[in-house]
Amino acid sequence: MSRVAEFLTRRRGGSGWDWTDIFTWVWLIAGIFVMFGPAVWLVLSSFKTPAALAEFPPTVLPMATEQVMVEGYDNPLELYSVSMPDGSEQVLAQVRRVGTIAQMVDPDAPDEIVKVNIAERTPQRRVAFATENYVVPLEQNDFLLYLRNSVFVTVMATIITLLTNSMAAFALSKYRFRGRDGVMLLIVATLMVPLSVILVPLYSVVNAVGLFDSLWGVILPTVATPTGVFLLRQYMLTIPDELLDAARMDHASEWQIYWRIILPLAAPALAVLAIFSIVWRWNDFLWPLVVLSRKELYTLQVGLNTYAGELNVQWHYILAMTVVTMIPVVLVFVFLQRYITAGIAGSGLK
Amino acid sequence: MATRSISSRIGAVLAAPVIWLARLLNLPLKWWQGMTGTGGMAAFFLAPNMAIFGIFVLLPLVINFAYSMTSGQALFLSDRSYVGGEQYARLMDCGNYLDPTTCREDLFWIALRNTALFVVVQVSMMTVVAMITALILNREIRGRGFWRAVFFFPVLLSPVVVGLIWRWILQREGLLNFILYNVGLEPHVWLTDRFYSFVATVGVSVWAHMGFYTLILLAGLQAIPRDLYEAAEMDGTRAGRVFWRITLPLLMPNLLVVIVLALIRAVQIFDEAYVLTGGGPGTSTLYLTQYIYEVGFASLLRNPGLAAAASIIMGLILVVLTLIQLGLGRRNEKAGERK
Repeated sequence: MSRVAEFLTRRRGGSGWDWTDIFTWVWLIAGIFVMFGPAVWLVLSSFKTPAALAEFPPTVLPMATEQVMVEGYDNPLELYSVSMPDGSEQVLAQVRRVGTIAQMVDPDAPDEIVKVNIAERTPQRRVAFATENYVVPLEQNDFLLYLRNSVFVTVMATIITLLTNSMAAFALSKYRFRGRDGVMLLIVATLMVPLSVILVPLYSVVNAVGLFDSLWGVILPTVATPTGVFLLRQYMLTIPDELLDAARMDHASEWQIYWRIILPLAAPALAVLAIFSIVWRWNDFLWPLVVLSRKELYTLQVGLNTYAGELNVQWHYILAMTVVTMIPVVLVFVFLQRYITAGIAGSGLK
Repeated sequence: MATRSISSRIGAVLAAPVIWLARLLNLPLKWWQGMTGTGGMAAFFLAPNMAIFGIFVLLPLVINFAYSMTSGQALFLSDRSYVGGEQYARLMDCGNYLDPTTCREDLFWIALRNTALFVVVQVSMMTVVAMITALILNREIRGRGFWRAVFFFPVLLSPVVVGLIWRWILQREGLLNFILYNVGLEPHVWLTDRFYSFVATVGVSVWAHMGFYTLILLAGLQAIPRDLYEAAEMDGTRAGRVFWRITLPLLMPNLLVVIVLALIRAVQIFDEAYVLTGGGPGTSTLYLTQYIYEVGFASLLRNPGLAAAASIIMGLILVVLTLIQLGLGRRNEKAGERK
């Protein structure tokens, strides 16, 4: 502990503590609780049984009442520790409860029924993870379908985004042609056109080209990202033209130059765009909500929202599925956080 | 070593058809290059992106104006009847602009008022919180990368996940009430209270996005030359003065980017708030995007023309904000040149 304290209190320059240091650490420690706490609480809650979720005050860890099979009873019975009239503590299984009286049996001597006031008994509880919250929706509900749809949309949209954006960026950075600046200006200008402004006409366009209620209707409108073209173009501008000229001397075709030279050299920028595209497409909500009407086509986000909007909200399943929805993004965060933060700090894209 | 060779073999197998396709494409493209020269190749490279861009961004942008001047429930523009500026007149039909209940489209004005309030409160809160966090992360603290990750973490979460996480925490038997109960304060049913549900949408969106703005501010702070601070220290300048005279002026460009980006995004607030409160209770958290969505798609008496008109008004607000950003950026550049 003293080493931890020493680590926390160590300061550069060796001068004493002033209020800014205290404020810094209060802010940082509070930050951990406020930023991580809700997600941790979600994960812990997702392992609780419906009964445990309805409890107030809630327990931190998922707990369940211990159960035991008793001879002569078909269903497992819940175990309670009971304070007996003689002052001793005894572990009994509850058969049924009538009003304030519980009928209990000793698991070792199941013939004799003991009547106990419910105030005299406390449930025997231990930490138990209700994994059925995860297993049941993945087996029965449409959840696996939603998961598949989301993966399909994310993978396809990202591949097409990388391909079309890099081709356009190549043309805009390495060729001189009339109207190039015009095209670039058009792309940059639409950086500020959000989906919500063109929602209604986009819906009719997607209908007119026959993509309504299909996953391609979700994918195609999102792939021509101005951000992606802009990011890749800025990166490709730094690739020296001499490389391209040398390749042309060796009779490389323009396609080969794009494919064999530009793409490998732009790999860092492509990686950043790929990460962002995966996160964007995985998280998309409003557009899939508008364009998908058949339930079996829903993406995870739309499906989750539908479950949560039902009259009888089944929180135990919803919490578990929220955790599943979070997993890919958390993986991206853990492994690729450095690239993302560098990308944001460098270009202000999100 | 064995696993590595397996994974590289899998990679090679996956890449094989792609490489094969690229080689196959080379022949017809070489022919195309021979026919049209490099200009034709530029067109070829631009075509897929610009086709998708044209169909799904530019075309909707243009026909949105036509849409807003038609009425009826028909989907395609050719089946809709032209009504001129009637939809706009309907939106603007108000007895008293400060009182939404006197308006014909009272929900539009309520949404507009809620959005304005949301923008003001959320952006100021966001700026202050992100600023404090960035200043703290810029100090000489141990494990800065870790702390930065702590505050950045929610940025990547989907809005639906964010909404559900907080709905779970703010519900009647939720974590927040549990904490309040333990410290002896009075629990509330947060999301069914008009005031608290508004505060919740503000707080949750700040929670979800502050890491992004903190990063931008942090990048700006790290670009401030260290010797300025050393000079100030040698002169014995007080910390507050250093902040107002050195940090803040030099951070201004980043701060403006943060404020304007936060403004533009706050105007479009939808996903988290919709999942968290569904616009309720009543209309207390109904924001503009949700109004457009519900009028255009979700309600029984849907009216795409009216939704298009409302979206154009929202677009105009965004254009004005963007122009302010450009103007401020230019003024900054000029100021920079003068130095």
